[in-house]
Amino acid sequence: MIGTFSYAKFLKFLYSVPEAERGWEKSGVNGKLTAPLDWLYGLVRLPGRRIVTPVVNQMREAMATLARLQARSKAVGQQYYFRNSVVDVFRKKENDAAVKIQNWFRGCRVRAYIRHLHRAAIIVQKWWRSYLSRQHYQLVVKLAYYTMKMNLYNEMAVRIQRRWRGYKIRKYCFDYFYLKEYLRAVTETNDAIRDALEEFAEMKEREEKKAALEREEKKRDYQARKMHYLLSTKQIPGIYNSPFRKDPDPWELRLQKAKPLTHQRPRVKQKHSISLTSWLACTSNRSFPRSEILPPINRKQCQGPFRDIAEVLEQRYKPLEPTLREAEPINELKEAREDLRRQEWIRNVNDNMFLPFSSYHKNEKYVPSMHSSSKYGPNSYGCQRFRDENPKKWICPKDFQTVLPSFDLFSKYGKLYSKAGQIV
Amino acid sequence: MSQRQVLQGVMSLLRPLLLDVVPTIQQTAALALGRLANYNDDLAEAVVKGDILPQLVYSLAEQNRFYKKAAAFVLRAVGKHSPQLAQAIVDCGALDTLVICLEDFDPGVKEAAAWALGYIARHNAELSQAVVDAGAVPLLVLCIQEPEVALKRIAASALSDISKHSPELAQTVVDAGAIAHLAQMILNPDAKLKRQILSALSQIAKHSVDLAEMVVEAEIFPVVLTCLKDKDEYVKKNASTLIREIAKHTPELSQLIVNAGGVAAVIDCIGSCKGNIRLPGIMMLGYVAAHSENLAMAVIISKGVPQLSLCLSEEPEDHIKAAAAWALGQIGRHTPEHARAVAVTNTLPVLLSLYMSTESSEDLQVKSKKAIKSILQKCTYLPALEPFLYDAPPNILKHVVGQFSKVLPHDSKARRLFVTSGGLKKVQEIKAEPGSLLQEYINSINNCYPEEIVRYYSPGYSETLLQRVDSYQPLAN
Repeated sequence: MIGTFSYAKFLKFLYSVPEAERGWEKSGVNGKLTAPLDWLYGLVRLPGRRIVTPVVNQMREAMATLARLQARSKAVGQQYYFRNSVVDVFRKKENDAAVKIQNWFRGCRVRAYIRHLHRAAIIVQKWWRSYLSRQHYQLVVKLAYYTMKMNLYNEMAVRIQRRWRGYKIRKYCFDYFYLKEYLRAVTETNDAIRDALEEFAEMKEREEKKAALEREEKKRDYQARKMHYLLSTKQIPGIYNSPFRKDPDPWELRLQKAKPLTHQRPRVKQKHSISLTSWLACTSNRSFPRSEILPPINRKQCQGPFRDIAEVLEQRYKPLEPTLREAEPINELKEAREDLRRQEWIRNVNDNMFLPFSSYHKNEKYVPSMHSSSKYGPNSYGCQRFRDENPKKWICPKDFQTVLPSFDLFSKYGKLYSKAGQIV
Repeated sequence: MSQRQVLQGVMSLLRPLLLDVVPTIQQTAALALGRLANYNDDLAEAVVKGDILPQLVYSLAEQNRFYKKAAAFVLRAVGKHSPQLAQAIVDCGALDTLVICLEDFDPGVKEAAAWALGYIARHNAELSQAVVDAGAVPLLVLCIQEPEVALKRIAASALSDISKHSPELAQTVVDAGAIAHLAQMILNPDAKLKRQILSALSQIAKHSVDLAEMVVEAEIFPVVLTCLKDKDEYVKKNASTLIREIAKHTPELSQLIVNAGGVAAVIDCIGSCKGNIRLPGIMMLGYVAAHSENLAMAVIISKGVPQLSLCLSEEPEDHIKAAAAWALGQIGRHTPEHARAVAVTNTLPVLLSLYMSTESSEDLQVKSKKAIKSILQKCTYLPALEPFLYDAPPNILKHVVGQFSKVLPHDSKARRLFVTSGGLKKVQEIKAEPGSLLQEYINSINNCYPEEIVRYYSPGYSETLLQRVDSYQPLAN
């Protein structure tokens, strides 16, 4: 220790000075005094301020102290350095210790803070999760409820459909009872048809038997008529009426009933003529007798404008007198040619044309004339314009036939029945 | 000289006589030619080659009715042998003259002309078309309405020959209004006429549904059923052919026939004939049953199945047996009731023997196999199935065992019967590849029974028991 200088007392003194007069606070680091000497310097630097007398007294004391102190400043310096270096060793340790303590304390503080934050975060998260889960739970409940309802509906729908399908199949698609009815109806129809067919067959058999019997009867009847001469007479008993029999044979009775046959009249055969008048052949002979019938004798002439009966009959039974047009076919030329061809066909042994010997050496090929062999063809004038035959253009396969009207004016002259134009 | 050469020499001698002045000679020459051509097709060819036909055709237009008849007879005789000869007749323009003859007054001429046209049209569709193009069909329909029975017969036969080739020709015949007249004449008592009428109607009806419906609309049912009771065999055959042709088109037509009682009539008809006459009736039953199961049930309740199985067993010919097998298959294939109805009559063993026999034709074997398969797949009537276990070939055995495996799990009485009748024993003896369908069926059958019984019946069980006896050490006490 340096003396009786007490730093604390000094400080007490300094701060007893009123505020307005503390000029030294403006100087130094951060406005604070760092060493006892700095006060002095600060004080010295005071610019022309008037110092108050009580203060000056105190200042004089202080200046004395100061002088004393300056005398011991070197030793103070040395002591100061010495003490600082001794303290230095501890200072590091104490610093470290202080750091450690502060470290730990800060750590505790931070941890406490973090713990606090954790708790807060947990609370927030807890609330948030519970909120989310509750929402989800509501969804799940909704879904389950909805599923349950749909299952119920499906179940009910299946019941309805089951009933309906059963009904539909049984009533419309495959009606078992209808099928049974139908089969029963078919059996009944079958039986009815079988009965009807049996009846029909029986009826036919009966008819056949009847027909056979009738034929037999007819045959026997005919035989009886033929054998009529075997009938028994009063004198001679017939074959079938033997005296040794009790009853006459049934044939006897038949013979009695039968009428004898008469001789067959020879049938006159009609002569077939193939003349043009044969168109009458299809009509009955009785309607048009060909022979001339003479009028009956002693016949009175009918009163009235009637013609003579002989004339009338003559007109009626006059044979057909066709005109030339009908009598001769119109295409007689063609027919005559055909006829000739047929005659030759009959006569000829060989159908080939008989060529004269002179044509044997004529084996040159025919050379057509220039007019007909040009590539432009023959001239159509005279060939294709006047009445040329072009069968490809016909609408019907047959050709027209030329038919000439006959001039009928004088063929019936004097032969007509009517008396028109005649001079009475 | 051979007989043929002699006859051909005769031909060249007859040729000039055709143009003789005396008409009787002409007619007789034509008649002789006709009879020669009728006998042999070489002679018919000689007639064609000898250029006689144009002459005949020419004079056919001109001469009197006796000559026309004789000339038409020659044309008929030539045309009946082969299509080429018929074509030669058509080529020389005979059709027009024949059609003109159809308009003649004399019924004999009409008959001869119609006969010739019928024989020409019989061969193929082109010749029929040529006949139709010549305008023969309306005249034939007029001929049918004539009072003479012979003419009606021939005209009906000609219409039948025309319409049998194609639907268009049949339609032409129908358009001429033939069906109404044909249907009226079914009631005619003459047997040969009925044959031809029924044949004509069946040829028309066979082509398409519309034509069959038109035939049905002419109200032939139930009159046609009386024809099934006719004394004449061919009338019965043609009547059942007609019904068959109508029934085969659609289920509605078959239904119509069933409703009219046709099935019973046909079954009775089958019962009363033998041989080929039965065949159309059998086929008709098959067609009706094939359409639907209700119709098959209708056939069953009309007592068709016993009749068919009788046909199957007693007919000697293979094709009739094949038809009967097919018909039975069609009846039995629909539902278990149908299969039961068929199985009850003991037809299945007969079918199996026909399938297995080496003498049956291939067609018969195929049809009986199909019938067996289709009936077995629906059959649940076990007493009928059991004989199959013993003598069926493996491909059928598979189906039989399959049916057993379907029925046994559900029916305890059937299981008991199966064991007592020795069926289980037989099933164990069947060798099947593991993994095949047959093995699965066998397994499912074995699963219906307790293990002891299965082991008891498995082959070689007695040996295993004896081995156990040998290896058994009695407890020493």
